[in-house]
Parts: sequence; C-alpha cells; structure tokens
Amino acid sequence: MSAIKSLDELKALRDKYKSSVDLRDSGDPESKVRISVGMATCGIASGSRETINAIIDEIRKENLDNVAVVQTGCMGYCYAEPIVEVKLPNKEPVLYGKINAAKGREIVSSHIKNGQVIKDWVVERTGC
Amino acid sequence: MSNFRMDLLVCGGTGCQSTDSFELAEKLNAEIKAAKLQDEVRVVLTGCFGFCEQGPIVKVMPDNIFYVRVSPDQAALLVKEHIQKGRVVQELLYEEPETKQKLDEQSDMPFYKKQNRIALKNCGLIDPENINEYIAVDGYQALGKVLTTMSPAEVIEEIKKSGLRGRGGGGFPTGLKWEYTKKSDADIKFIICNADEGDPGAFMDRSILEGDPHSVIEAMAIAGYAIGAQKGYVYIRAEYPLAIHRLKIAVEQAYELGLLGKNILGTDFGFDIYLKYGAGAFVCGEETALINSLEGGRGEPTVKPPFPAEIGLWKKPTSINNVETFANICPIILNGADWFKSIGTEKSAGTKVFALAGKINNVGLVEVPMGTTLREIIFDLGGGIKDDRKFKAVQTGGPSGGCIPEQYLDTHIDYDTLGEIGSMMGSGGMIVMDEDNCMVNIAKFYLEFTVDESCGRCTACRVGNKRLLEILTHITEGEAEMETLERLKDLSQIIKDSSLCGLGQTSPNPILSTMKYFWDEYVAHVKNKNCPAGVCTKLLKYHIDPEKCKGCTLCAKACPAGIISGKVKEAHVIDKEACIKCGACEKICKFGAVLRK
Repeated sequence: MSAIKSLDELKALRDKYKSSVDLRDSGDPESKVRISVGMATCGIASGSRETINAIIDEIRKENLDNVAVVQTGCMGYCYAEPIVEVKLPNKEPVLYGKINAAKGREIVSSHIKNGQVIKDWVVERTGC
Repeated sequence: MSNFRMDLLVCGGTGCQSTDSFELAEKLNAEIKAAKLQDEVRVVLTGCFGFCEQGPIVKVMPDNIFYVRVSPDQAALLVKEHIQKGRVVQELLYEEPETKQKLDEQSDMPFYKKQNRIALKNCGLIDPENINEYIAVDGYQALGKVLTTMSPAEVIEEIKKSGLRGRGGGGFPTGLKWEYTKKSDADIKFIICNADEGDPGAFMDRSILEGDPHSVIEAMAIAGYAIGAQKGYVYIRAEYPLAIHRLKIAVEQAYELGLLGKNILGTDFGFDIYLKYGAGAFVCGEETALINSLEGGRGEPTVKPPFPAEIGLWKKPTSINNVETFANICPIILNGADWFKSIGTEKSAGTKVFALAGKINNVGLVEVPMGTTLREIIFDLGGGIKDDRKFKAVQTGGPSGGCIPEQYLDTHIDYDTLGEIGSMMGSGGMIVMDEDNCMVNIAKFYLEFTVDESCGRCTACRVGNKRLLEILTHITEGEAEMETLERLKDLSQIIKDSSLCGLGQTSPNPILSTMKYFWDEYVAHVKNKNCPAGVCTKLLKYHIDPEKCKGCTLCAKACPAGIISGKVKEAHVIDKEACIKCGACEKICKFGAVLRK
C-alpha cells in the first residue's frame, strides 16, 4: 500500500472499494432494483451459476449501484431455467426464461439501465 | 476486482467469539471452498451486531437474511441450503418469543426496530481489520474535510453546536472541552482516548474498538487538529485483547496509508497515536488518575482544578474523551451539527449505546436516541424479563449510579432525567433486576466493588466505603438496628460530600437510591430479620413441608451438616438451630418440599 497524498486520492480509493461493500447495503429494499436468479438444482443444471456471475460482472462493469442480485430457489418453471426475475422499484416483477450468461448481460444493459423490457424472453406467468 | 455475489457477515465481537464464531467462520470458509464457491461467496468477520444473546450471528447479504445461534456444526447446512440451493434455513432464523413468528430480516426484529445506530454504524457491517472497507464507507472523509476546508475553530464550533456530550458518564459538552484545551497556551498538547471501560457489565467501548477502530482513530486526529495536538494516546485496559489487537492493526494500516504520521493527506498537519495498556483499575477511568497511570505513576486522582485542559499529561494541556464520544465525531462532521441535534432530546443530543445485562431476555448492545424510555429499552428491545419474572429495578451508571424502580420506567432518559431520579447515565451499563434480587444485597455488591477499587488516596473513600460495606453486611446478616439505617444514610452523604474524585463522590449512590425506593426491604432485614427475596443466607430459614415430603431421604443424605432427620417414607425435619443454610437440601429435593423463607 502506498500513502494517500490528498483528499482526491482518498476519494478515488473510496470509489474503488465501494463496490466491494455494496452487497451489504440493506437500506430501503423497496427503492432497490432486485434481480433474482433461480438457483435450485434445475437452475444450476441449466447454467444459472454462469448467468448470475455474468449479471453481477456486468453490473460492476457498468458501475450500477442500487441493484441487489440474489439467488432464489425453484420457482416452478423448470422448463425455462435459468430463470431471472427483475423487479424495478414500484413496478411489477418481470420474469425471463432461458437466460444464459450473454442474455443476462443484455438484460442488465437493456432492462436495468434503460428500462426496456426484452419481450421475447419473457415467460408468461401461470396460475394465480 | 472482486466478483463476489454474496457476503456472509459473521460477528467477530468478543461475545460471539465466546460462542465459537471464529471456528464457525473457518468452517464456513472450508465448506464454501469444498463447494468451489470461494470466488463467488465471501466470509467477512465483522464487529459486534449487539444481539449477543443470540450469537453467533451470521447475516447473509444481499439476501438480507439474519441467522442467529449458528453453531460451527451448522456451517455445512447453511452453505448447502442457503448458498447452494437458495433456500432460507428456517431453523436458524430468529423466533419472536411472543408471536412465535420466524423473522428473517434484521430490521423486523423488535431488538433492532427502535435502534438508531450512529456510534455503532459500522459494527457488523465492515471488516475492522481491513482499512479499505472503512474507506469504502466514507472512512477518513471527515478528516479530509476538516483538514482541507475547516479551521480548528470551525471544527470546535461545529461540535459545540451539535450538542455532543461526553459519553463516558460525566456528560460534559465535548466542544467546550476542546475549546478550553485549545485556549490553553502551550507548545505541546495531547489527545487521550479513554478506553478504560470499568463499569461492571458495560462493553460498548470495547465493541466500538473491536468493530470500528478506525472511527476512533480518525476522530482523535480531528480532535488533535482542532485543539492543536500532534500526539494522541489510547488508554485501553489490558483485559481487552481483541480490541487491542484490532486497534493495533488499524493504527498500522492508517500509518501505511499516510492517514497517521506526518503531512496527512498532503497538508501540514501530522498526528501520531500510541497505545497504553491499563491494568484494569476502575479509578483510572477518572481523568487525573488516568493521566498519572499513563505517566507511569500510581493510578490516583489529583485535585481538580486545575483541569487536564490546562495541566494534563506531562503538565501539558490535554483533552480526554471517551471512545463512544469519539465514535460520534465523524458522523457529525460529515452530516452536520444540525442533523445530530435533530436526534435525541433538547439538552442531550444524539444517541446513547446501552449494554443490557442481568435478568433480561436479550442481553446485548443497543443504540437508541436520547429520550427513549426505560420501558422501551427493557421491554421492547430487551424483550422483557427472563423466565417471565416480575421487573423490580434497573441499575444504570454502574457502581456510581442508582437503582431505578418500576414507577420511573416511563422516564425519557437523558443525562438530566436520570440524575433527577437518583441515578446517572454513566457509561451506559444497564443491569436489570427481578423479584428474586435483594436490593440490600445489590447495594452490598456494588460497595464490595468500590471498596476493592478505591485507590486509597482520600480517607473518605478509603475508610468510609469500608464502613458502609460493614454496615450493609450487618444488615444482611440480621445484626442491625433501625438506627443503623440512619447511620448508613448519614455516612453515605458525608462520603459523597468529602471524597476527592468521582469514585467516592458517587459510590454511595447504589445505597441511597435503594434506600429511597426499597426502604421496606431494609426494614424487613432489620426489624423482621427477614430477606423478602430470599437471598441473604444468614436470614434464611429452611424447613420441610410435611405435606409434600415423600420421605425419600435424599435431603438427609445431601445435608453436609447431617442435621436432617426422619425415617424412610415419613416427613423429614430440619434442625433449624444447627442448619448452616447451604441450600443443598433445596437443590436436591425432587418434590419441592424444601421451603426457604
């Protein structure tokens, strides 16, 4: 570690390390974007681990804060795994199916960054 | 850059360490590695979460799930279920005792709902052994702001305006203390951080130093800048090994990054911090005794004035502030005095950390705004009294404070209201007592402590407290008369008026407050030779209820004095004159036939 020589350097260092503790922000959950990735056996078998890691990587690259990426159990859409649910603040959640790593990255840039739902990948909700 | 998607925050405070949280963290790491998830999931040892009763605590982020009482054996379960399969482990969630509902989020728990964490804001959030995490949560920004945009006078003005008062017990306005020290003319000045936390049951300073040591280091540097000091000492008790360990690491890291030492952040200001270990004498929490001890002398107080602000360490002006006081400085600088003043009561701004102990369900550390009522702290946050017993009193302020009875539970507590009802804020220890506590015995317990801890310098405290303890012992042994109680009261007052330092000036408080609020108990001991709570052994009389006794002979066999007689399957009898009141018969009886009165 080398010495910090000015307040600007300190601020740069803060911005650099900020993402490493971002995960722990439990602030107001309602005001946060929440991405849930199905990580049950069916999800993992279809590659959801690559998907979730790609999504997180993309978010870090784009420097997006206020996004929580969490894993969740089986949502019952095993045929469409990996399943990714995106919930923007004050909006109905959107469910995407068959999301591989590349599609995951696209969801981040299109839906999270620009608010554009990618209709072709949306899975119709069944039941209630 | 790291690519972790999940943080397991494991409490690494002394409380959870004692319930094996370090071993748990190791096992979690091993399980995560076995599942080949070490690049995605990270285990972070943090400072104290405060909920010590339910330790070890593991908080999973960003899922925001709060697990309690996670034993090292359950590490595999947690990794398999939560991390690999994405299922919340129900059996590790906190269960609300009243509704029996499982709660997964910290913010839903009654223990956390009314808390407002300022001094403890980073405890349980960051890794205290990693300065980068402190920097990531705006660490050292306050120091940067002060050094680049504020004059020392402006810093003092801001602290004065905030209304911050000393959290070590006295409640003296921090800004004023800094101002007096700044005004004293001298070539060298010192900052001392008082980490000699001595009240029985209080551990807030330890938790802050263990969980967020940089917040204290940064604030000491700010104080140094404000009063014109280049050197600071942390006087910390040697019994706090984990706090010392983390503080040492923090100081080293701060030096490495140039946040301590010469020319901090490229300015002309330099500041050095040294650690000094105290041997654990209670009186060394008193400023002048602390200074004597720091200089290598006996830990004895000297007459004030002159105050340390004029003549302190090595005869130089010195500002001594408590750990929790320092922990409030950076938030005030960053958020402004008005923000701080908006929290708490008019004369006591901000929050206070309390250590809950005694007969309370949720033993632990809470930080609440000043003005919160005792009832809220004890019954809402603290979860009420253990085993559904009845509340009797709460002792605040340690050996210098008093016992507060039920009728004052709705008092909005701050420095002044606690003083009005015969107690004091002290460092924030809160010991809860139930109907099984004898208040005379409690007063005796505190006097034993002060007699032990009196430094012996002044006669009032050295001899007086010893006499007080003797009188209390007489009372608890049934050898006192009513006039003894008068003597007890008079002597208490004399010691308060004539002692040299805060120790003796406050040591009779536990007696005076219990006499004021629990006079009946004193009278019962003296007149009826009876201890209503059944605690004072010399006054107890054991006897066997012939209706309940089955004649099993267990008690007769257990009695070390051999004074229980009776035949098999017939009611037994205790020879009350010869009984040594050890209680062995009561403990061994399976039928509840041995009664204590």
